[in-house]
Amino acid sequence: MTVASQIADTPVRGVQRRAGLIGRPLVLITIGLVVAFVAIPLVATDYWLSSIIIPTIVMGLAGLGLNLLMGYAGLVSLGAAAFMSIGAFATYNLLLRLPVLPLPVVLVLAGLIAAAAGILFGLPSLRIKGFYLGASTLGAQFFFEWLFTNFKWFSNGSQSLTISAPRLAFLGWDLSAATGRYLLVAAVTALLILLAYAIVHSRVGREWMAIRDQDTAAAVIGIRIGRRKLLAYAISSFFCGIAGALWAFGYLGTADAHAFDLDKSFQVLFIVLIGGTATLFGSFFGAAFIVLTPILLDRIVLATSLTASADQGALANLQRIIFGVIIILLLIKEPDGLSSLLRRGLSGVRRRDTASRAPLG
Amino acid sequence: MPSLSVPTIILAGALGLVALTGSQPASAQEHKGEQLYPLFTYRTGPYAPSFIPFGAGNRDYLRYINEVEGGVDGVKIFIQECETGYTIERGIECYERYKNGYDGALTAAIYPHSSGLDVALTDKARIDKIPIVSPGGGQNIATDGRVFPYQYPLIFDYWSEAQIVVDYIAHQVGGTDKLKGVKIATLYHDSGYGRDTIEPLDILSKKFGFEDIQIPVPHPGEQQQAQWQQIRQAGADWVFLRGWGVMTPVAIKTAARVGFPVNHIIGDIWSGSEDDARPAGGVAKGYLAVSVFPPGTDYDILKKLKETIIDTGKSDLKDDTKFGTVYYNYGVIEAITFVEALRTGHRKFGNHPLTAAEGQWALENLAIDDQRIAALGAKGLISPLQTSIANHKGETIAAKIIQWDGTRWDTLTDWIKADTTLFADVIRAKAAAYAQEKGLVLRTASN
Repeated sequence: MTVASQIADTPVRGVQRRAGLIGRPLVLITIGLVVAFVAIPLVATDYWLSSIIIPTIVMGLAGLGLNLLMGYAGLVSLGAAAFMSIGAFATYNLLLRLPVLPLPVVLVLAGLIAAAAGILFGLPSLRIKGFYLGASTLGAQFFFEWLFTNFKWFSNGSQSLTISAPRLAFLGWDLSAATGRYLLVAAVTALLILLAYAIVHSRVGREWMAIRDQDTAAAVIGIRIGRRKLLAYAISSFFCGIAGALWAFGYLGTADAHAFDLDKSFQVLFIVLIGGTATLFGSFFGAAFIVLTPILLDRIVLATSLTASADQGALANLQRIIFGVIIILLLIKEPDGLSSLLRRGLSGVRRRDTASRAPLG
Repeated sequence: MPSLSVPTIILAGALGLVALTGSQPASAQEHKGEQLYPLFTYRTGPYAPSFIPFGAGNRDYLRYINEVEGGVDGVKIFIQECETGYTIERGIECYERYKNGYDGALTAAIYPHSSGLDVALTDKARIDKIPIVSPGGGQNIATDGRVFPYQYPLIFDYWSEAQIVVDYIAHQVGGTDKLKGVKIATLYHDSGYGRDTIEPLDILSKKFGFEDIQIPVPHPGEQQQAQWQQIRQAGADWVFLRGWGVMTPVAIKTAARVGFPVNHIIGDIWSGSEDDARPAGGVAKGYLAVSVFPPGTDYDILKKLKETIIDTGKSDLKDDTKFGTVYYNYGVIEAITFVEALRTGHRKFGNHPLTAAEGQWALENLAIDDQRIAALGAKGLISPLQTSIANHKGETIAAKIIQWDGTRWDTLTDWIKADTTLFADVIRAKAAAYAQEKGLVLRTASN
């Protein structure tokens, strides 16, 4: 009797579960969009927008770009910042020299220019692998820093070789204040996350993963490895290029070639590792960690009013040491990154949720 | 469920800390009635060795003003440090943190202590209406306060420096008319900073007829054999060394190796500290440098600092031998510009903490003349500084030439003044081009 009723129940519960699975992401996405485009611009102060939220989102976007290459296609790049700089300088020059183009078109074109450079510097991936490939992408890093420092044309003859946003406007809206810059960054990022989701779940995404997991096997089942690898470089650079433009104009306001140095490339790499490879949102957690932790440590020092008594230099150095220790501990305890930590946390909550409901059902 | 609790605790902790990060203690008013001085520091990172004495000079002078003189016209200065590590990202965070004051204390001006950060803050400061002051390290085009109402590149710029160097060389060869045929090589750090003197030297070489040789050194400049061979082959008579960091001592050493006379090398202001010359060892003896921040302890104000701050153990210096070095005195000079701006503002607005708008007025109405310099006890330490809406740098730009004697710097000349009219039009044209590119409306005295 009970067994029979259970059996009869099963398909119904299955349907409910499926409905829940479809429903939940939609609800989450809606909440996310409302928070991103209504709540944050209304609530957040200039300080939050300009120094915490915007850099986190933009670095997360750069991380997402590199993650497509590293996490999904299994390729290496130590030149993420170079592609960011191409995006930034391309955006600047397009806005300056072709004033008819609206901002969104300029951003897409800048991304495409970065993508073209990505294909060029991805060519060695057809022949070499692993660390050697990493070393060859370093070439991009050094080449573009040199290029933008040595040819004044790229910075329109600026005395200090810096570029600054000529006009940040869309359909007559001035986007140069903090809220405007935030909305620009958030809208671009939301669209690019959508694009990344579509790519990863398409045939291209599955083929990347096949190449990443076993390239010989991938070749045997008919995947054109060379093309897919170059496409991975192109798409990754497209994302990084747009992230670079946002970094320069949405966040910094002005930038020069040195804003995109090797340190920045490493930062993007760490964001991917700390956030978790082959996840779309992991990069944003990684970026939040990299951007927030140093500020947080500084705030803790400020809150404890240690500054009055202790040596300021020692405190500043101590903060860096603690930051390093946290990274090491995190990578030992959670080698799959923050996104895996979060997933386990959420599934734990869900399990407790079902466990607490069990007696009632 | 241990697998649940650990991540949950971490997440909860992270959220709690995020909340702490954003909490602005602006509601507390413990420092009401005080003037905030947000001290942007870089006590960590590659440039920490130059910041440490600089920051100490800054803090010591402000401490002297607070404790010995009882504040600026009775208004106490409240120092809040913010570590940037010389990165632009952290600097922007510091700027956002302190631009609207802190704990009741008002912000009148922000000294970013980094040329890169100064540039990055240009647009933000324009929107927020916060004065950004960079003595000795600002953007030259921002001299035009009609285009840059909130940037103050006080005291010095590299175009004037090029003029002063050429002027000094002219004196050595027997007058400007003897410059014809003299070969002056500029060895520069290959960056925006280093390339800044290419244009003025080109103009000067056409004017005076000397031969202008420009040679770049890629960052960081640990290898300069090729460049110095080139200088020898070109038969250069003088070298203007626009270095930064390790590039300077390497240049002095390499010059000795190829046999270039060290007393014909003139360092830039950022190549002219004790830490630039000392690492080069004995071969640096006789090396020259341009100095806007003259080293030494033989100034009245330095003597007062020694007596009231250093000797009483209140100094921020850990190593007292740094007292009176180039960077320490630079810190003192910068703090003087801040305190004098406050005094200027007090005369107009009354003796209370200044707002950013009042700070802006004060900074473009600075008038530190010889009489005031004598009253400050800073004769020989600073040269007169007078600003206006049309000139945010100062009317007279001057520097001294100093010489390394193997252990310390000797002052070789008095203030050499740059002819500010020479480049004024070029700089103005650049500012106008900037205004056009950004679509800015020029400010006039009335608006």
